[in-house]
Amino acid sequence: MEMKLSLGPLLYYWPRDDVFAFYAAAATWPVARVYLGETVCSRRHLLRLPDWLELAEGLAAAGKEVVLSSQVLIESESDLKTLRKLAGNGRFLVEANEWGAVRLLARAGVPFVAGSTLNVYNAQTLDVLAGLGAVRWLPPVEVSRTMLAAVLEQAPAGIETEVFAYGKLPLAYSARCFTARHYNLAKDDCQFRCLDHADGLPLASREGRPFLTLNGIQTQSAGVYTLIALVPELATLGVSCLRLSPQSRHMERVVGAFHDALAGAPPADLARVMPGPPVDGYWRGGAGLDHGDGAC
Amino acid sequence: MPLDLVCPAGNLVSLKTAIDHGADAVYIGFRDNTNARAFPGLNFDEAQAAEGLRYAHARGRRVLLALNTYPQTDTWRRWTDAVDRAAALGIDAVILADAGLMRYAVRHHPQLRLHLSVQGSATSYEAINFYHEHFGIQRAVLPRVLSLAQVENVVKNTPVEIELFGFGGLCVMVEGRCLLSSYCTGESPNTAGVCSPARAVQWKETAAGLESRLNGVLLDRYGKHEKAGYPTLCKGRFEVAGETYYALEEPTSLNTLDLLPAMLKMGIAAIKIEGRQRSPAYVAQVTRVWRAAIDAVKRDAAGFAPTAAWMAELNKLSEGQSHTLGAYHRPWK
Repeated sequence: MEMKLSLGPLLYYWPRDDVFAFYAAAATWPVARVYLGETVCSRRHLLRLPDWLELAEGLAAAGKEVVLSSQVLIESESDLKTLRKLAGNGRFLVEANEWGAVRLLARAGVPFVAGSTLNVYNAQTLDVLAGLGAVRWLPPVEVSRTMLAAVLEQAPAGIETEVFAYGKLPLAYSARCFTARHYNLAKDDCQFRCLDHADGLPLASREGRPFLTLNGIQTQSAGVYTLIALVPELATLGVSCLRLSPQSRHMERVVGAFHDALAGAPPADLARVMPGPPVDGYWRGGAGLDHGDGAC
Repeated sequence: MPLDLVCPAGNLVSLKTAIDHGADAVYIGFRDNTNARAFPGLNFDEAQAAEGLRYAHARGRRVLLALNTYPQTDTWRRWTDAVDRAAALGIDAVILADAGLMRYAVRHHPQLRLHLSVQGSATSYEAINFYHEHFGIQRAVLPRVLSLAQVENVVKNTPVEIELFGFGGLCVMVEGRCLLSSYCTGESPNTAGVCSPARAVQWKETAAGLESRLNGVLLDRYGKHEKAGYPTLCKGRFEVAGETYYALEEPTSLNTLDLLPAMLKMGIAAIKIEGRQRSPAYVAQVTRVWRAAIDAVKRDAAGFAPTAAWMAELNKLSEGQSHTLGAYHRPWK
């Protein structure tokens, strides 16, 4: 099977024009799939569902397979209202990022993508999801090659595997907004400070070592996960799609480098275009912040 | 009965202590990584679990078993064996997070009562009702992320009993959706049943102060007069845009005594006390205070107010000697 590339959902909050410009450019990049939608924070409102659907139509017309990604942390009735609209959109595949979305999509009888925050760590849970209509799944971002190989050995027939292969890792979600907290603002009056941090707000240890990234209610790694050197291994395992997570600059270079790697080229050195130091420890079964031979 | 008091028991002494001081139920774990407190020296073997059950049942109380980590394919049998053992022992309910394991439990032990663990990250009634419809979940423990009004909305829209955290260590992240520990150390609650594991902790006295590190990453540095706490990753001090502060959360504990009348009124089934890793003395003190408070609110909800003595005793036991209402109270967010 030929491996594909996907563009993951935009995890940051960008000005509306920047989002439209980004996806206009993405329409011309060699990615087969594009995941769209606000998955992090319901307060981010510069694009609403109709705007995402408009972008979706444009990308579909450009030949992309479009998937609408659901919000990971559902708190309010209004979050559920949006989720129901998403699940019932009737046109595009939906990525379920929590089990409430799974319920709605299964009830609607539509196929769906099982997102990485559903916490599928074993083949039995994957089988439950396949039975409910999942046609594709993403393992948790902390998955190691050993863990994934074990799941795939017993995976239900026909389900496709996509792996988070590039970008700052989405590690945690909270009721609290850490960006608002940084500015001493209440979450309800955050003044949308996320808009000032196109690749998140860097957090370092007290001795200046980059450690995490604050992105509203989401905490990401400071390190940029990259599996570009491991494309042949991923293919052998049976992974059919690599997810690249959007960053504010040089995304086209990143996509191009992965596209070349899929075609068999030696892995490009992406250090210069990464918004943080490279990490790949999770894949090797170690600490996520490790890189290469295990050194931090 | 509403507002059952569910207390932690890291060992048999704590279990008996909790029962003796008024817990309606205790929750325990087996001695391996099938539960989210897989700490050395903690938890129950089969004989101890049987003895704990006998002790609790003789007094009309219940024992719940946490099997709330996520099984992996190559060690799947460890989790299913644990479910089998729980059923054979007559455990009153197992607390699960993984859908595959729930399906196993329903198929093999249809009589076994299932609770949805906080590690299952279900924050909406749609998610909770999913687990109810597919696996017959009878109670769900809510992650510590919803405001009280949001909790009430969940209660109104599900037939599943709702259990809330009342007191103890405060996870600032959605439980089950936090990989910070594995990012730093390789082990997270989901896969290994530990957060910021002790094996990765280093303490060092330096000229700049006492330093705590987790797998080499500096989590905090304490001045002479500062009290050093366990280096839980999210409670360290970090630098953000030139400022050093508790960027994620202060070392503080959750304490919801004030909210008991509201919880009673909205029909919360049970209050959970965190802390299977804490000492029997801690379990005794916390259980005693919460038993008294729950009895008081049931006697007279309108006239209920936490006494100064209760608050003082709980504050003494709190991390950083301070407490918060957490997400139940919106300004915390």
